[in-house]
Amino acid sequence: MKQIITHYGYSDASGEYYVVIDTAKCDGCAECIRQCPKAALELVTLLVDLEDKVVAAVSEDHRKKIKYTCSLCKPEKNQTPCMTACSQKAIRCVWNPI
Amino acid sequence: MKVVQEGKKEYWRWQEYQKILSSKNWEKSDIITAGVDVGSVGSKAVVMINGEVYSWSVTRTGSNSPDSAKKAIGWAMEGTGLELDDFKYIVGTGYGRVNVPMANKAVTEIACHAKGANHIWGPTVRTILDVGGQDIKAIRCDQTGRVTSFLMNDKCAAGTGRGMEVFADLLQIPIEDIGEVSLRVDEEPEPVSCTCVAFAKTEAMGLLRKGWSKEKVLAAYTRAMAIRMCALLKRVGIEKDFVITGGQSKNIGVVTRIEKILGIKRLPMPNWRGGGLDPMIAGALGAAIIAKALHERSK
Repeated sequence: MKQIITHYGYSDASGEYYVVIDTAKCDGCAECIRQCPKAALELVTLLVDLEDKVVAAVSEDHRKKIKYTCSLCKPEKNQTPCMTACSQKAIRCVWNPI
Repeated sequence: MKVVQEGKKEYWRWQEYQKILSSKNWEKSDIITAGVDVGSVGSKAVVMINGEVYSWSVTRTGSNSPDSAKKAIGWAMEGTGLELDDFKYIVGTGYGRVNVPMANKAVTEIACHAKGANHIWGPTVRTILDVGGQDIKAIRCDQTGRVTSFLMNDKCAAGTGRGMEVFADLLQIPIEDIGEVSLRVDEEPEPVSCTCVAFAKTEAMGLLRKGWSKEKVLAAYTRAMAIRMCALLKRVGIEKDFVITGGQSKNIGVVTRIEKILGIKRLPMPNWRGGGLDPMIAGALGAAIIAKALHERSK
């Protein structure tokens, strides 16, 4: 299966921050969802080559306020709870402050 | 007491419309599918017959998604003789996709937009910028319209169609003219610093009071929007051919500035008032294409 990388986040004058999910690697185990201290993630059904695939995504409620929701974990760089929870290394939080 | 009745003009109000492309008569044996895209500001429906676009509608989303979906598809069917029972498969997409009552399936907009853009402009499309009513999507896809990378922005109505509606009202310029008016400046002003619509409005009023012209204020806001969109695009990477979909594809002020910042031109806008397809329907069109594929697979 070819990859679909999903990005949820922002680029603004303060820099950029994205929750990046490799939906080909994600197996929908939901461990990141359980570990997120802000309950910002959820499972969504993605249509990939006409087949349904259940993967993690930033929840619709949090998509517009990631800047605030993720502020707690941001400084942990590569050790955020969602990243360390993922056995497939499918989720990353990318923070590049200016 | 005497109250002065002011003529209240709704500058933000954009045109809803319906279009029937071909005069061809459909038959019961045809594969008739539809895509319904309930967005935050606009609801769109596309009717396809045997994989070709037959009719579509572009309407405003009301306070409730099921009614908006019904209105959009109802309008796309008007005057065609089609009834809901004639559809083999209907796919709902967009912000309100789970509330499209007549849909056989809800599909996230991640899959739909690229399929639609691929149909409108052809297989050379690699990068799509969709500027909708309340969010911006940057999408990369292959020659079949299959998505490889998808980005959705975090900010609320900042730098989107809804923001433009607010500015149209504030400056009393009809929404259709706003792009062109924003280009009537001798040189580009500094972009406004704020990206939140509520604050941008306050900032804009301050600039007007300082003596800035409407054109200059619009130019500053439009430029701020364009800069933000280009930052999002850089995250997914920009590869030619590049296209813009969604309502803001019609805003020449935004489009011109994006092209200037990126240094590449978008593929030309189809003549949607003539026989071409409207880039605003890309999501609904993709949904109708997927509906046909899902119907064929289920047989």
